[in-house]
This record gives sequence, structure tokens and C-alpha cells, in this order.
Amino acid sequence: MKKVTVHVTLKEGILDPQGQTIETSLHSLGFTEVEEVRTGKTIELLLNDQDNVEARVQAMCTKLLANPVIEDYQLHVEEALQS
Amino acid sequence: MKFAVVVFPGSNCDRDMYHAVREVLQEEADLVWHESGNLQDYDAILLPGGFSYGDYLRSGAVAAVSDIMDQVKRQAAQGKPVLGVCNGFQVLLESGLLPGAMLPNEKLAFMCHQETLKVANNRTMFTTEYNQGETVQFPIAHGEGNYYCDDKTKAKLEANDQIVFTYQNNPNGSTGAIAGIVNEQGNVLGMMPHPERASEAIIGSADGIRLFQSLVKNWREAHVVNV
Repeated sequence: MKKVTVHVTLKEGILDPQGQTIETSLHSLGFTEVEEVRTGKTIELLLNDQDNVEARVQAMCTKLLANPVIEDYQLHVEEALQS
Repeated sequence: MKFAVVVFPGSNCDRDMYHAVREVLQEEADLVWHESGNLQDYDAILLPGGFSYGDYLRSGAVAAVSDIMDQVKRQAAQGKPVLGVCNGFQVLLESGLLPGAMLPNEKLAFMCHQETLKVANNRTMFTTEYNQGETVQFPIAHGEGNYYCDDKTKAKLEANDQIVFTYQNNPNGSTGAIAGIVNEQGNVLGMMPHPERASEAIIGSADGIRLFQSLVKNWREAHVVNV
């Protein structure tokens, strides 16, 4: 089994009002060193073993998991721990 | 003229759309469940508002890859009118039938109130019953109605006259205050404000019914002899 973690974030330059709100809140808590907050989402997939895991997940990202107009994504593939 | 109102799990303006077409416009309409419909039998396709698939992942993303959207794409390619309102607009964007994407409203709040729109193009099959530049009152009801497209896409929309409605007081931060756009062919319209909820004076505005009347009139002129 492979575990693939997909991180989806808003593209650079796209306004992230949620991130800005969190930033303001962190500042009001005294964390004035925070320069920027960007939010995103994490999608974890468990896949049965096959050769082209990365290519398949890339296809999932372009077809559904991310919207290329506004979002970037990164993949991280690792061996899943058997439980 | 026969309208299909496509219903997804989580659609919630399907009945409003159906009511506007049947009771106010006095045309034929069916509620078409996304798994069982054949859209070939209809003259126009309406994608209603709501929260298809709970807005999971991104608004409209899951409905955009459902089987019925393959039919919508085929029918749209043949020139059939397609109108997506609110969540229907989000589905059209996610499916690639219209350019751009939706972001959360600039101020993050869900907004539900009447907005003043400007008719930016009255030469589409959806808007001939309006005057160019006329202002109209339509309700909005969305959390993700902040239309985004890059500068290149915006320039193309402007050059092709694809911007059909704009907000007078841009409530959600949309690029160019865009409230509704058509595809290059002019037969697919997506808009966040709700014309079907502005179809009778008793519910606050009757400005929206003229959008449906435009469609019927233009369809009759193209398809029915001696009207």
C-alpha cells in the first residue's frame, strides 16, 4: 500500500481571506512575527500498489482534487504502514 | 419550449426554477434527476442553485464530473441553451464550460440579499428582453461567489463581449464586478444572482423573468415557423 498526501494551496497572488483573518487573529494574540498566513487543504489517499502511483494521482489532481485556475498542489508518496 | 431542470443531491433551487418556468413563464419543464435524465429531449437545460454534493472539495466540483455533465457538454456543443445559476454557475466553471473559478466571498460571509445588476450585454439569447445598460434587481445567496479569472481571460471575456451581468456594488469581490458570463458561442450562461427568484413582483422583483422570456422568444424565432 502507498500513502499519498496531496497538499492543495491557493496559487500565489490569489487572495486568501481566510489566511488574512487568521493572520489578524494571531497578531492580536501577540504573535507579531507572523508575516503571512496561507491556508489550504490536505487530502490523504491510500492506494494499492502499482507502478504509476504518482502519475495516477497527478491525473486525479488535474481532474478533480485541485482546480488549476486557482490552486497549486504538491504530492508526497510514502509506503503506508500496515496495521 | 421544454426545459430540463437538472437535480443533483443537494440542489435546493430546483423547485424555484421549475416554478418560474411552469407557473410564471407558462412553458414546459421537468425536474431531471442527474442519474436518470436524457437531456436530448429538451430545448434548454437549467442547472439550479444549491449545494450539490454538500459543496464538498470545492463548490460544484463533484457535480461537474458527474455523468449528466457529459450530456450537458454534448448538448451545449450543439448550441442548446444552458443556464447555470449560483451553484449551477459553479458547476459550469468547474466543468470547464465557462472560464474562471469561484473563490470565497471577499469578506467570507454568506450573503443573501437583493443586488442591483447592470445588463452589460443585451445581445445574448438570454438578455434580448433587457435594455443595454439597464439596472435590474436580482437576489444573491452565496458564500463562494467571488468570480476569479486571470487578466488574460478577463481581456478575452471583454473582447468577445462575454460579460453579461455586472454588480453595481460588487458585494463579493468578483474580478471586474462580474456577476454573469456566457461562453464564446453565447449559448451557455452562468450567473451567481438568481433570476428565478426574481420572477414575480410579489417576491420582491420580476426583473428575472425577462431572462427566461428572452430565451423563449429567441428559441421560437429560431425553431418555430410563423410565430
